[in-house]
Amino acid sequence: MGHPILNLVAQRIALGLLLLFLASGLIFIGTQILPGDVAQSILGQSATPEAVANLRKELGLNDPAYVRYFKWLSGVLQGDLGTALSNGKSIAEGISTRLKNTLFLASWAAALSVPLAVVLGLLAVQYRNRWPDKLISGISLASISLPEFFIGYLLIYFVSVQLGWFPSVAILNETMSLGEKLNAITLPVVVLTMVVLAHMMRMTRAAILNVMQSAYIETAELKGLNPFTVIRKHAFPNAIAPIVNVVMINLAYLVVGVVIVEVIFVYPGMGQYLVDHVSKRDVPVVQACALIFASVYISLNIIADIVSIVANPRLRHPK
Amino acid sequence: MSDNLLEIKNLKIGATVYPPGEKPQDITIVHDVSLNLKKGQVMGLIGESGAGKSTIGLSSMSYGRGGVEITGGEVFVNGRDILKIQAHGLRELRGREVTYVSQSAAASFNPAMRLMDQVVETTLLHGLSSKTQAEERAIELFRSLGLPDPENIGNRYPHQVSGGQLQRVMTAMALCPKPDLIVFDEPTTALDVTTQIDVLAAIKKAIRDTGVAALYITHDLAVVAQVSDEILVLRHGNMVEHGTVQQIIEEPKEAYTQELVKAHSITHEEKKPTDNPILRVENITASYAGTIKVLKDVSVDIHAGQTLAVVGESGSGKSTLARVITGLLPPSEGRIIFDGKELTPALPNRSLDDLRELQMIYQMADVAMNPRQTVGQIIGRPLELYFGMKGAEKRKRIIELLDEIEMGEKFIDRYPAELSGGQKQRVCIARSLAAKPKLIICDEVTSALDPLVADGILKLLLDLQKIENVAYLFITHDLATVKSISDSIAVMYLGELVRYGTKSEVLSPPFDDYTDLLLSSVPEMKLGWLEEVLAHRKMESAGN
Repeated sequence: MGHPILNLVAQRIALGLLLLFLASGLIFIGTQILPGDVAQSILGQSATPEAVANLRKELGLNDPAYVRYFKWLSGVLQGDLGTALSNGKSIAEGISTRLKNTLFLASWAAALSVPLAVVLGLLAVQYRNRWPDKLISGISLASISLPEFFIGYLLIYFVSVQLGWFPSVAILNETMSLGEKLNAITLPVVVLTMVVLAHMMRMTRAAILNVMQSAYIETAELKGLNPFTVIRKHAFPNAIAPIVNVVMINLAYLVVGVVIVEVIFVYPGMGQYLVDHVSKRDVPVVQACALIFASVYISLNIIADIVSIVANPRLRHPK
Repeated sequence: MSDNLLEIKNLKIGATVYPPGEKPQDITIVHDVSLNLKKGQVMGLIGESGAGKSTIGLSSMSYGRGGVEITGGEVFVNGRDILKIQAHGLRELRGREVTYVSQSAAASFNPAMRLMDQVVETTLLHGLSSKTQAEERAIELFRSLGLPDPENIGNRYPHQVSGGQLQRVMTAMALCPKPDLIVFDEPTTALDVTTQIDVLAAIKKAIRDTGVAALYITHDLAVVAQVSDEILVLRHGNMVEHGTVQQIIEEPKEAYTQELVKAHSITHEEKKPTDNPILRVENITASYAGTIKVLKDVSVDIHAGQTLAVVGESGSGKSTLARVITGLLPPSEGRIIFDGKELTPALPNRSLDDLRELQMIYQMADVAMNPRQTVGQIIGRPLELYFGMKGAEKRKRIIELLDEIEMGEKFIDRYPAELSGGQKQRVCIARSLAAKPKLIICDEVTSALDPLVADGILKLLLDLQKIENVAYLFITHDLATVKSISDSIAVMYLGELVRYGTKSEVLSPPFDDYTDLLLSSVPEMKLGWLEEVLAHRKMESAGN
């Protein structure tokens, strides 16, 4: 047999796939028990019963639920997310540009917030219980306590309206250069960063402080290492697993939880897309979006698990 | 300035304690201690827990563990007062002039770094030599400390190396930057006797070869006598006696030192085995998770009112035997006959009476008690459970039991946190006696205690045995304890019973190799014992 780590990693991936399968079932059931009839809502209140019955037949809504589920699932596995009821276009096409935009926003928010959170966490440990620690904790707690729409509107009012530094509406299009795009998304990135920063920063601080109680930290101090080397070389490598876990949960939030921020800044991402189609009762689109969110969530958590496994010297170098 | 390497003058060390339910209090841990150490000399600091020995040792690196603070006095290293220098200067001192070897090397290595990187870290940090030179020196040290495969052991991670080896790697780590002084803080206490002797020999050789000076901290006078030139006896943060090794162990002046020297003075007349053992363990084989056998075909008898001592080093299966008898680990083969009838293998199926008659006392008394219950509640619980006692009747019996363990009624409303280590263990003994058991399994009950306190516990157990006619299964790695209390002895090695019989049989020659190793490894309080033993060894410890 291969290295025990490979087995563990394979196990995690298999579990992730199983979880995704279960999630697809839940999504399907969830959309089925929603009240209302899709055919009815497409045709409107004035439709004749015959027309509704015909459309139901056409959409395959008379099949039993499990048949429809497996049809949907096999389509998804072949990359076909179905067609949107509201405009009759392929969902895969509609989603792909939206998903690209959401990932664009999320990755810049992550690129800003993750290093910032870790560095602030390390600084908070270094100056623990002194004013830099209290200042960092205070500001990050304040930013997490304010609802994101409030921060969003504050930024729009001061930075965009009063100072005129960045646009208040983050509209992207294909012809924009990277610089123009970044300029457009600055405010939503700042809002997202403020929302996720505190959680990651505090977890980094807590995880490292926990490791700082260990006897090997005392050994390092008695070697005459300076405090920052002690943290960087001896504490941080042993605190990676919990930090990566919380980072991944927050990255998932950046993709899945951006609905409000996208709506505030009228950003053409997944969140807006989902909200639009929920209000149109476009069930296939809602299903597709939910499935994509679920897979993002699950895969980021698998990555977190794998990083914790690989970061563990006992698993990496068995006896 | 004199030629002293380390000079401690009138050292005072304090700390703040937070007693439950009271205001924080400032206490003094070390009162007015002075000592001098010349280049290349070894000074043993000896005392019980709370004597302040580690605190004094760490003060030579100007380090206070936890909330400990140096409140007065002066500490000179190489002629300068290190209590007056700033953080940057201290970093020059630590790891360069003074290094440290801790009690638990297993916890003191960073689990995420290779050993070699940790061993040479200080040398590179202080720019004492190049990386290649430092690694060559480390390998040289590994070799002289008797580590297996010295060329490659540095590439391993801490979890890939045994406890005894890690302790030697830590010694190499302390020696690598060629310090003037090493503080050894109980470096062999956590090891088995058979491993302790190798580590002790390695440390002694390293000190002799490099000419480094050392502070050797321990609670075991016999150990410190092997490596030190001088001994300083401490108690409650005060100096009791200071002298050469020879003077301290041969003509101790102070009463407290005399007590330390003659610890383990309990004697116990061996009783003859009876025809009907109270517990008969027949051909037990057991394993965890079904794969590796931790017990192989073990059979022993315990007689009413007598003590069977089970000895062996860690991994010998002695605690597993206790788990099998109590039903926590049903065996894969064999049976257990208790008081004439066969016991159900698994705990949940045993009757309340079977449970009552077989009690257990653990090594760590403080984690074996609910910290939120008073002593009265802890001892009262078995009285309620097994005998349905209530109110005044229960209280009367609790007081009786408290008197039996020589503590008395005044402790009835105290919480475990308010008791000393020895008192906690006494409460655990009272709790098991409350059930009126026929057999008590004592799992390393004195291992976590200071020698004099441990002696008190053993004396108590023997007295109680006479009154209550209770049998003990006494699990220990300490042969001195075995000699003082047992009627019969079972020696275990890697899950097998290698020697079993009455105390006089087991302890009389001819010995098998393992029993010989075990017996000869117990430190004796005489000069030159270490060299004598090493010259006569026939086999290596399983810990190597």
